[in-house]
Amino acid sequence: MCLSGPSGAGKTRLLRAVADLDPHQGAVYLDGTACVALPPARWRRRVGLLPAESHWWEDRVGAHFPGTPVAGLEELGFGVEVLDWPVSRLSSGERQRLALLRLLALEPAVLLLDEPTANLDPANVQRMEALLADYRQRRQAALLWVTHDAAQAARMARRRLVLANGALQQDAVRTGEPVPAARS
Amino acid sequence: MIHLNALDLSLAAVLVLVLAGLAARVQGRLAAQLLIAALRTTVQLLLIGLVLKALFAHVHLLWMALLSLVMLLVAGREVMARQHRRFTGGWGFAMGTLSMFLSSFAVTVLALVVIIGNQPWYAPQYAIPLLGMLLGNTMNGISIAMERLTETAWQRRGEIEGRLMLGQEAGEAVAGLRRESVRSGLIPIINAMSAAGVVSLPGMMTGQILAGSPPVEAVKYQILIMFLISVGTGLGTLAAVWGASRRLFDERQRLRLDRLRSVRT
Repeated sequence: MCLSGPSGAGKTRLLRAVADLDPHQGAVYLDGTACVALPPARWRRRVGLLPAESHWWEDRVGAHFPGTPVAGLEELGFGVEVLDWPVSRLSSGERQRLALLRLLALEPAVLLLDEPTANLDPANVQRMEALLADYRQRRQAALLWVTHDAAQAARMARRRLVLANGALQQDAVRTGEPVPAARS
Repeated sequence: MIHLNALDLSLAAVLVLVLAGLAARVQGRLAAQLLIAALRTTVQLLLIGLVLKALFAHVHLLWMALLSLVMLLVAGREVMARQHRRFTGGWGFAMGTLSMFLSSFAVTVLALVVIIGNQPWYAPQYAIPLLGMLLGNTMNGISIAMERLTETAWQRRGEIEGRLMLGQEAGEAVAGLRRESVRSGLIPIINAMSAAGVVSLPGMMTGQILAGSPPVEAVKYQILIMFLISVGTGLGTLAAVWGASRRLFDERQRLRLDRLRSVRT
């Protein structure tokens, strides 16, 4: 499912509310279980949020992963040696790709992706899309993907939501018919 | 002990006036600040002298409790006043004051009853200096530690939320901050104990020597006080950091920086 809309429409706020990082009204359910029925840390492991800007707190990349081997390194163009790199030497694109792998290592059932390919070159966009499509297939995961790229939304999503001023403006399900382009 | 008369103090005051004259040539405001501070110290100390005189004349637990309460509330206000980011809704004052109460009062009462063993245990000659020193130092430790905690939580909110997003518990996500805050609150007393006698002669000990106590007796009291201060500061700082770091999160373990309000100090 892709989510788009102008800046300030509330896309990031919506993702943060679903991940239970901000106080919010309304209720969120996963497979019939209410968010509030689960301990917060467990909910966030099942409903993983990839923020637009990732944060790293240890010196070494590998220290951020729960264990080795780390799945998906090769698919995103890294060798295993990246785990020994100091975080300070990562470029913004590398950070973004590694942040996705860090999140996927927890095997969340739902992925909330806040413009995951915004800093990437076309080759890496393709790699990331392929990895995510494969993960969705393999884990039967649900993806809520914020993007400004209409072509990406068309490639990746069956259902497309458009937010504006904090409200849902459009909800389109792809049924083989071409979907009208979302405003970006 | 040699008693000081008004003339002796006036001579020292003249020296302050000379300094103010020099300061005025540098900056008029500096001289004014110096004179106001000198005036404040005179008035405040004379007033507390009168209060202590009255307390010494009427030894009663009630009066001691009242004075302790006033000291505690002033210290609690002072902890708040030093914070750049304060907890909203009186939480900062409440947590600082409660931590100081638990640590300083418990340690003071323990020292008075068990270690010093005076009769009655609340005799002002021992109770007031002890409580004053403990409160003053605990106040410093707590205000430094809370300032460190709230400021770092603000600066590193990305990291804290990043840890939450990876399924860490709130306590895990701020464990590093907690450690650093407790450490920074304890550094002043650790430094003071390390430098005591070598670099600096602690004020209480020198005061006792001036008043005619044998140096070794004064030293023993100073060691006792140092130990009590470190325990009081340590416990108070731990309690305040524990409470404040819990208040940074809500029941769903969300980082709630909206519970802090920024103040220019």
